[in-house]
Amino acid sequence: MENRLYMSSSPHIRSDASTSKIMLDVLISLVPASVAGVYFFGLDAALMIVVCIVSCVAFEYLSRRFLFKRSNTISDLSAAVTGLLLALNLPPALPKWMAIVGSFFAIVVIKQLFGGIGQNFVNPALGARVFLLVAYGTKMTQWTMPRGFNEAVAITSATDALTFATPLGALKEGGELPGYLDMFLGNIGGSIGETSALALIIGGIYLLIRKVITWEIPVIYIGTVAIMSWVLGPGGFLTGDPLYHVLAGGLMIGAIFMATDYTTSPMTKKGVIIYAAGCGLLTVLFRMYTNMPEGVSYAILLMNTAVPLIDRFTVPRPFGGDAHA
Amino acid sequence: MKLFKGGVHPPQQKNTAGMATVAMGVPSVVVIPMVQHLGAPCQPKVSKGDTVKVGQLIGDTDAYVSAPIHSSVSGTVTRVEPMVLTGGKPVMCVEIKPDGLQEVFEGVKPPVVDSRESFLAAVRASGLTGLGGAGFPAHVKLNPPKGTTVDTLIINASECEPYITSDYRECIENTDGIIEGILHVLKWTGIGKAMIGIEDNKPEAIKVLSKAVSGIPSITVHPLHTRYPQGAEKTLIYALTGRQVPSGKLPADVGCIVMNVVSVAFVASYLKTGMPLIKKRVTVDGSAVKNPQNVEVLIGTPLKEVFDFCGGFKSEPGKVIMGGPMMGVSLFSLDLPVLKLNNALLAFDEDESRIPEETACIRCSRCVRACPMGLLPFELDRLVNAKKYEEAQKLHILDCIECGCCTYTCPARRLMVQTIRIGKDFIRRNTKK
Repeated sequence: MENRLYMSSSPHIRSDASTSKIMLDVLISLVPASVAGVYFFGLDAALMIVVCIVSCVAFEYLSRRFLFKRSNTISDLSAAVTGLLLALNLPPALPKWMAIVGSFFAIVVIKQLFGGIGQNFVNPALGARVFLLVAYGTKMTQWTMPRGFNEAVAITSATDALTFATPLGALKEGGELPGYLDMFLGNIGGSIGETSALALIIGGIYLLIRKVITWEIPVIYIGTVAIMSWVLGPGGFLTGDPLYHVLAGGLMIGAIFMATDYTTSPMTKKGVIIYAAGCGLLTVLFRMYTNMPEGVSYAILLMNTAVPLIDRFTVPRPFGGDAHA
Repeated sequence: MKLFKGGVHPPQQKNTAGMATVAMGVPSVVVIPMVQHLGAPCQPKVSKGDTVKVGQLIGDTDAYVSAPIHSSVSGTVTRVEPMVLTGGKPVMCVEIKPDGLQEVFEGVKPPVVDSRESFLAAVRASGLTGLGGAGFPAHVKLNPPKGTTVDTLIINASECEPYITSDYRECIENTDGIIEGILHVLKWTGIGKAMIGIEDNKPEAIKVLSKAVSGIPSITVHPLHTRYPQGAEKTLIYALTGRQVPSGKLPADVGCIVMNVVSVAFVASYLKTGMPLIKKRVTVDGSAVKNPQNVEVLIGTPLKEVFDFCGGFKSEPGKVIMGGPMMGVSLFSLDLPVLKLNNALLAFDEDESRIPEETACIRCSRCVRACPMGLLPFELDRLVNAKKYEEAQKLHILDCIECGCCTYTCPARRLMVQTIRIGKDFIRRNTKK
């Protein structure tokens, strides 16, 4: 009997947290945004979600099995999360094969080539979205008109639903701006999962309650955007419309779900503050001073790459001081 | 009251809190190791064939940092030889076959204490080591290095490890003994005041101790937040005094001495009776134990007999731990003896014992938030695995108190504190040379 005793160094108990449970929580938290996306953009959006999740999981399995000869990790659900996030960040009418190319880029190039989960230097879903923007710029910026949208508000060639403008596009290129309520509910043009602030906030609250994320990144990021878009308004100092900027574009999904990605955000509280404020600042600068209407993806991507540097300069002071330094 | 940063909330499992201590009686054999403390090993003072009595000195040394060892039974010495114990290294042990009579040694009588020196000598003679788990000789602790001024005696009754209730039972069953012991220590060491720290999940202990100290201005009772590792020396001192023990320093450097509540009560008992440390209250619990309870065990009793006393196992144990589940030591055999510093014996069933598979770090930062010492466990884990010991040292790896919060909280099941231990050991061995 005694030969059967396990020997190990303490601690001998573990919390019930696990990578797959965390990923499952993220999937659950994205259900409201997914439902809203399908509601506003139709079954095409649902198909997109299925295609991205299936292709991401398949690429994870196939690449680890045949290309990298590593253990099978699809049960940790991280590939499914990447697939869902990618789908929610794509225009509803994007050809599905392009989405599959995006999945390949996210999982194989960004995630597995750099060593798999925990090793990627940028958020895989965001990296893939930016790759698709570069590769298929036109298709990636054609937006579907949401269901029930007041056609009178739709701009110029509203007969073609595919050239419908997003709130930020309308702001940049002129056109009728949508109302706050439509923006809050998601009844606007945009990527499948980014339009409904309400659904995203519900998901964010779920993640906070489940302690999957902490409040710092979303609140500081969104807060910085609100303040800076007000300060740097179109009519000069302090003339901006912070609410419009907070509700428009990919800020909500970016701040709650993309910037909070564990692997590509800093490890310390101080680092997180710098990172989140940097994301906010860059987002506003991109939106205001470049010819792109939206800057969330680029802002997060840039700050992702700064994380190793931030981590290096934000090593916390240990309890009792610094004697070993 | 200050609250340290970090920590975790493991399920408390204080299943035995309501159970009065039961004395186990004389086992069939006792094995008494000559090292039951931090410091120099003792030399056996008896040989095979000798007859010994309860409380008789059987091991001692001239070294200062050490504590003498006494027989817990009356009987005949059957073996004096090295045996492999918990640490995996052979340790000189004295095996005694009890005669069951428990005759007390003639030399056991209350010590004469009339000065600080005679008090410290008595504490040394009692064989007392820190009973909270670290096993530091008490007379060394109570005699802080020159140049330090101690103004506060801290009594640790926080008992933050899951399952363990032996300190709690001491508070309930020996309340007056604790107070008496504290007054002795204050009187003879000249320390001005004592603070008793107890986690607030033990309201009954707080109640009885608060009542017992009313009218004694030098002793105060302080409820503490229930959060592991509240009872670790550094976090406890911080909670009660707001002082942070600097890296690499002793509690005495910030004016504190920390004693476990059972240790201080034992001082009173020794001064009254002269009976050295030969028995210990041990919490026996865990999913494989049939009748979990608090047992008073003679030191040297084989673990198997302690578990048998508790009704044996209801399922085959997969892991047996000496101490708590967060910092205790897992054992390879049930023939090992109970030691002075034991406060718990846990046996887990097969399911709870399996060691989860390590997966890749996902950088969730739970370990960073949980570390009470403000370290970066994930990074230390990575650096030690990459054999980058110097970098690990720059990131204060030696400040790790090995509480295990990082490993406990890790969703990727990284063996962080375990890897850090290896790193610390490597660095210590290579800097001594």
